[in-house]
Amino acid sequence: MIRLLFTIIAGVLLGGVVHLVSVLALPRIATQDAHSRLTPMTKLNAVTQLRPADPGNTLMPYLDPAFAIAVCRYDLSGGPIKLTVPVSQAYTSVSFYTRNEIAYYAINDRSAGKKVIELDLMTEAQHNDLPEDEEVTAADRLIIDSPTTTGLIVLKALAPEPGLMPQAQASLAASRCALQTDQPAKADAPRGKR
Amino acid sequence: MRLILITLLALLIATVVGLGATWTTATRGTELGTLTIGAWTARPKTGNSDIDPYSRATITRNGELPIGTGDGIAFTATTDDGKKPLDGRCDVVVSGVTPAARFWTLTLYDSKGHLVANSLQRYGFTSQEIVRGADGMFEIRVASRSRAGNWLPTGGIERYALMLRLYDTPVGIATRTQRDAPMPAITTVGCP
Repeated sequence: MIRLLFTIIAGVLLGGVVHLVSVLALPRIATQDAHSRLTPMTKLNAVTQLRPADPGNTLMPYLDPAFAIAVCRYDLSGGPIKLTVPVSQAYTSVSFYTRNEIAYYAINDRSAGKKVIELDLMTEAQHNDLPEDEEVTAADRLIIDSPTTTGLIVLKALAPEPGLMPQAQASLAASRCALQTDQPAKADAPRGKR
Repeated sequence: MRLILITLLALLIATVVGLGATWTTATRGTELGTLTIGAWTARPKTGNSDIDPYSRATITRNGELPIGTGDGIAFTATTDDGKKPLDGRCDVVVSGVTPAARFWTLTLYDSKGHLVANSLQRYGFTSQEIVRGADGMFEIRVASRSRAGNWLPTGGIERYALMLRLYDTPVGIATRTQRDAPMPAITTVGCP
């Protein structure tokens, strides 16, 4: 009898360990996470507009139907990414997610303070490799460090009324997300502005 | 022989208890880091890197993308102010004011987080399209049949959730009470 009791207690304690390990492991082993769902329909290092949320669209749960949404699935192993998003009339935001859907950074049009949200996305190593004098121009260029090499950038533009949806989609269609292929030229650009 | 049986039993209990607890927390969610105001619940920390492991598990399992802190915050309600589950066959009124935000949207989802089909193709309201009273307060009627004013159709489904998203808002991790964030009231006014 005592032995059975010990078995049950040991089982429950071990169960606690199993629980903790499985909760921590779930984000890594989940196959239906947002990144995996978006992989087949999005281009790498380019902006892809998602279909507007409607009852037939079960791609991801809890999408806001008032927004036009576009996704840039990125891979920084080829170099940093430059992101340009023109601000729509109502409200525009850009959110960054790691490979495991941690929202590590988000910015909206007002905090960007310009007509165009311009960002450079790079890994911490790539940021450290930047030449020193580039840091001076950092005020002009918003640099975001990505904790993972791959991830998602979600661009959203609000259509405050259903009739304004085409405008919101058009402003997202003009956004760009691409590898910075021509590094020196890009580095010169902010200096030329001064 | 006895030892093997006992070990197997312990391992079996461990598997059932461990995975069962994980499944429950991943589907139902935990109270960890939640902000509850009236019937509304938000998880401000899911919008940044401080997210807790339980919320991470839920988010990856559901395949959703949490709203980032610099973008806004999402409040969910599955019951009315009297803790009665929201029923799509009843008339529910969402009324009052919302916390300070540049824009907000109110959306109705089924229990899986998908939109509910209806002939109007109306799945929610934005702060700009809502009809308000002279005092700036609004009243949204959530019902299966057409109602005057701000009508949000439920499609007659049994259980649904309302999500109020505030965009560009001071409401967030530092928010604690109704005074910082006055949330609209949810009342069930009649059931057939």
